[in-house]
Amino acid sequence: MSKATKIEKQESSSSIKMLKAMLVIGILSALLIVSAYQLTLPRVQQLKAEALEKAIFKVLPGTISTQAFGINADGELTKLENGDKPESTYYAGYNKNEKLVGYAVDAAGQGYADIIRVLYGYDPKEQILIGFQVLESKETPGLGDKIEKDQRFLDNFKALDVSLTNDRKIKNKVITVKQGEKQNPWEIDGITGATISSRAIGKIIGISTAKDVPILFNNHKKIMDDSKPNEKQTENNE
Amino acid sequence: MSKDNTSSKQEPSNTDEFIKGIWRDNPVFVQVLGMCPVLAVSNTAENALAMGLATAFVLLMSNILVSLLRNFIPKQVRIASYILIIATFVTVTDYAIQAISVELYKSLGAFISLIVVNCLILSRAEAFASKNTVGKSMLDALGMGLGFTFALFCLGAVRELLGNGSIFQFAIFPANFQNWIVMILPAGGFFTLAAWLLIINLIQTRKIKS
Repeated sequence: MSKATKIEKQESSSSIKMLKAMLVIGILSALLIVSAYQLTLPRVQQLKAEALEKAIFKVLPGTISTQAFGINADGELTKLENGDKPESTYYAGYNKNEKLVGYAVDAAGQGYADIIRVLYGYDPKEQILIGFQVLESKETPGLGDKIEKDQRFLDNFKALDVSLTNDRKIKNKVITVKQGEKQNPWEIDGITGATISSRAIGKIIGISTAKDVPILFNNHKKIMDDSKPNEKQTENNE
Repeated sequence: MSKDNTSSKQEPSNTDEFIKGIWRDNPVFVQVLGMCPVLAVSNTAENALAMGLATAFVLLMSNILVSLLRNFIPKQVRIASYILIIATFVTVTDYAIQAISVELYKSLGAFISLIVVNCLILSRAEAFASKNTVGKSMLDALGMGLGFTFALFCLGAVRELLGNGSIFQFAIFPANFQNWIVMILPAGGFFTLAAWLLIINLIQTRKIKS
């Protein structure tokens, strides 16, 4: 009998030991992770903001400052304060004379490998797209990732027609065509060897422009009226 | 038990603990461990180097902690404890890389989190750090980490050179060089690894013969 109690005791003491070890390591791990997160957070956010800003400057040539806008329930654009997180965000870009260059719009959709996120620049005066950049993609290196690098493909977005009809709908939806078959100003000349990826870009931009361009166009006058960015976003990043 | 093991054999010197990971027991070329990141992120020299250093850092830190706690962790829960420790340092590394460069973080992608399941790290914790002093474990981790980085770099440099005509994005071949796209695709990883294994094995068998 005494043997049995001894074994029992040993077992319970060893499980307490196990529990203690796991607990101590768990607490240690939690502390390390939380402090690493806290330490890197400001820098990570700064880098992300910088990357986004760089992309906005690229898709809206001549821009030197930006202002983020969200959209409220009535379909009106409202200026975003720091910390606001709306569903869709638009960025207005201003040049050095504080005149509006255009709007940058963030869009995403299914590519060949994963979701592709892109940013494109919209010029409401000419009603065209004036710039394009891939923000995130996992397309196949050497094939699908040509959508990021192929200059001929990127040239499609220097003046891509997205003009509206009188009842504020996109006249011709943006679409990707086969390489070399572009005939109309709203068509994107595709890439042979990156067929699916370049078509996906056409689709993403087609869907996004059909939804966002009318919103931006309707709000354009209002934004022009109370223009002049009173608070430049660039300042906190410098 | 572990103590008996080490005392009965002749104690290897400190330099030996360090050197073995780089050449004789190289984790990639000899032990063939951790193939997932080796094949997946060795498509450019830069990615390979970053991945190697990230793994080496996790290996070093987890070896130190495992070695420090080796008398405190009960045998039954040792694997769980090691994984917890390794996962912690991987998460720390993940944040650190995010803070260093967004571009780098993007190109390494999911493979940073996958360092957790790199069997090289767990095997060093189990086979070495849990039985040796902190100093020796550090040397072992440094050697293995550098060996891993070196091997990844060997693969990455060759793949980038042939697949993109450059090393660290500096063009090496003239502009009219036809890139071997296959080398930066996953298949190229297998080809390059096979070629390196062939070369390394050739060298080592020659050594034994002579």
